[in-house]
Formats: sequence, C-alpha cells, structure tokens
Amino acid sequence: MLTINDLHATVADKPILKGLSLQINAGEVHAIMGPNGAGKSTTGYVLGGRPGYEVTGGSVTFQGQDLLELEPHERAALGLFLGFQYPVEIPGVSFVQFLREAANAQRKGRGEEPLSGGEFLKLAREKAGLLRMDMDMLKRPVNVGFSGGEKKRAEMVQMGILDPKLAILDETDSGLDIDALRICGEGINAIMRKPDKAVLLITHYQRLLDYVKPDFVHVLAGGRIIRTGGPELALQLENEGYEAVVA
Amino acid sequence: MTTLALPTRRDEGFRYSDVDALAGVWPVTREDITVAAGTSGSLEVVAIDGGTVARHLLITLDAGATFDLRVLNAGPSFGRIEVDVILGEGADFTLGAAQLATGAETVEIVTEVMHAAPDATSKQIIRTVLAGHSTGTYLGRIAVARGADGTDAEQSVRAMLLDRTATANARPELEIYADDVKAAHGCAVGELDAQGLFYLMSRGLTPPQAKRLMLQAFIAEAFAGAPGEEALSEAAVSRLEAIL
Repeated sequence: MLTINDLHATVADKPILKGLSLQINAGEVHAIMGPNGAGKSTTGYVLGGRPGYEVTGGSVTFQGQDLLELEPHERAALGLFLGFQYPVEIPGVSFVQFLREAANAQRKGRGEEPLSGGEFLKLAREKAGLLRMDMDMLKRPVNVGFSGGEKKRAEMVQMGILDPKLAILDETDSGLDIDALRICGEGINAIMRKPDKAVLLITHYQRLLDYVKPDFVHVLAGGRIIRTGGPELALQLENEGYEAVVA
Repeated sequence: MTTLALPTRRDEGFRYSDVDALAGVWPVTREDITVAAGTSGSLEVVAIDGGTVARHLLITLDAGATFDLRVLNAGPSFGRIEVDVILGEGADFTLGAAQLATGAETVEIVTEVMHAAPDATSKQIIRTVLAGHSTGTYLGRIAVARGADGTDAEQSVRAMLLDRTATANARPELEIYADDVKAAHGCAVGELDAQGLFYLMSRGLTPPQAKRLMLQAFIAEAFAGAPGEEALSEAAVSRLEAIL
C-alpha cells in the first residue's frame, strides 16, 4: 500500500530524514518509535504534504501512485489520513460543516456521489458514538475550546467519517488520560483494523500499543529506521530506554 | 461633507479613495435617517454589482433608539460607504460590515460616530478581505462629547490580505471629552493561517475550498445577529468564491 524508499527531507534547509525506507501492506499496523528529534513528526508531515517540508531525495508510492507529486487534498482523496499531534483550532468553522465538505470533496475526487445532509449526519453520529463524543461537540467550531484529549478524539471521529485506507497517527496518545487512551485505541481498531486498511502509529510510548497491537515496530533515530521488530521491541524500548537500543 | 467641490486625496476622509471614480458620481447626496426615541431601525447596504457606488448616510438616533446597519461592500470597482451617526441618550448603534475586493478595486468604509449624550453604546465590526492589487480602507472616528458619560464604544477592525500586492488601511480614532467612557478598539491586518489551511486540505478540501471556509469564518462576525444574516452571508460567500 505504502512504499517509502530512501527518503530524504529537509525542514528550513536542515536535513531531518536521511534515508528512511518503509513498506506498509494492507492489513498491517506499524509503529514508529524514537527519541525526540529523530524525525517522527517530520515523517508524518512529509507524507501528508505539508508546505515547508521539502523532499530532497527518495520516493514514496501510495496505492500505486507517486505520493510526492500530489497536493495534500489529492493525497486525502487517495485515502491518506494524517492525525495531527496538535490539531489546529479554526474559529468560526463548525466540524459538521467542515467535515461534510471534506468528505464530499474526497468523494468528488474519486468520482463518487456526494453525501446528503441526512446521510452525513447519520455517519457522523455513528463515528462520534464510537469515540464516545457528544454530537453537540461536532456542531462547535473546529477544535476551539477542546481539551487535549477531546481534540484527539475528534481526530479519530474525523478519521472514521473520512474512512481512509492508510492512517498516519502522529502522537495520538499524547495528552490523553487513561480512559481517553483506551477509547482512542478502540476507535482506531474499530475504524482501521480491516484487511484493506493500514495504520502507521507515530509515538514515544508503548502504552497506546497495548490497545492497538502493532505487527511491526520500527525505531527511528537520526532520520532513518535503525531497527525493526515485533511488538516485543516496544516493550524492550520501554524497559531499557532508547539509548540502550539505539546504541 | 456638504461641500460640492470634488474632494482630493488631501482630504482626510478621502485619503485612500479612488477620486477619479468618485468624480463620476459626485456630488453624493446624503441620505438622512432619523430614528425616533425608543424605536428601532435597520438597514442593509449591499454593493455587489460592479461600477461605482458611493453612499453617505447620516443616522440620528434619538434617546433610547437603536439601529442595526449591515454593509456588504464587495464588488464595485470603487465602493465607498460613509456613515455619520449621532447618538442620543441611551441609544445603541451597531455596524457590521464586510468588504471584499480583488483586481484593482477600491473599497472603503468611513464612519464618524458621535456619542452626543450619556449612556449610548456603539459597536462596529469591520472585516475586509483583499486580493490582487485591491485596496480596502476603514477610517473610523468615535467622538464622545463633553458630558456623554457612560459611553460604551467598540471598534473591531480586521483585514486579511490574500496577496502581498493588496493594501489594507485601517485607522480607528477616538476623541473623548467625557470622563466615564469605555472605548475599546482592536485592529489587525493579517494573512490566512498556513497551518489551518494545511489542516483543512489534509482532510480533502481543495485549496480554494479551504481558503473560502476560513474566510467565511473570518467575515461571519460582521453579520452575526443581523436580521438578514443568512442572505448576507450567502451573498458574501458567492463573492468570496469569485475572488478565490
């Protein structure tokens, strides 16, 4: 589904990714772990197409297409979802309005019929329920006044509504209390644990992986993946620290 | 302005005007509106059809009267809305205005709100969106007369530049001769938040859709609570779509 080959990228002329390679197949859950500054968030932003993150070498293929050629909205229409570490507040724009437009823009991009207002609300209610989020919260301006945990749950509701093929979740677990962590973990499983979908979790900690069990764990350090293993690698990292494993 | 001579850009209130365009419609006849004590009035000024539009209103509010003025100044090649307001005791005036321009268009709102008696309130919300080489201006003077204690006057002025080639002018002014006065003004000129745009596009919105949504939110406050809020917003959004 996603093939990253020898990816190099810079932010403000500073090299961050230095030869990242990764293969993600349908049905798999991958976790990228690593110390601060390793390039974890940069990986997410480069794949999402954020301006200012410049690819200087390598290639990324997603669903058979050259991902790096595409604009952010085209990547979304192709089935890529980027869960933000810090979801952005957008005063004056309600979630419902924004998500309906986003869902229909994606459908249009794929040549599908738009969702009617009723169909959309039904879908939104179902996904909000999955994340135990009150529907009234989705009538409020995007992320404005939401707690850190509410923002992350709202990200998962968005993921549920947009129904992507690949979700790249950047530190979805940060800022979550124990209950919210479990709810988000279960939400990810319910929405994304399917044979035709895949997940790339970007995280510092092992705890989210208790709920969303990864098939592969990668250690990212210095802009490259330096080690790959199964779920046991995450436990080893948690016990021994990055320094010991990276060394 | 009672003078019949065509103003020049040396005149303070016309400093950023398109005086060549103004010449075509000069002199502008002042429209006088008086609201009787204790009653209320409202008006929508919608300029979206191109050409030159120049309006000059004088709104006089007697004691306890209220007036709700909404302006959509979006589409004339030159659009000037000048509003003078005189507030009696306890009167209340609201102006919510959106100005949208592109190309070489010039739009401007020039206000003078006189708090002539105690306890009157005024609130002005101006949102301006400028693309291309357009110019958008707000000149707003609030005068509080001697003895007009208990005055509460507010100006919120924000402009958004979609291109670096556009020009926004904003000059809120206060002239206060009373003691017990609340006068708040905020004024900002900015560009669309790049992070917000990326967030919206990462969810599948095209760049024009993402911009339109953010700008729609930006101008929404100007029409919030207006009797014709929905129609005004729709007219503004269709003009925004044309600009983007």
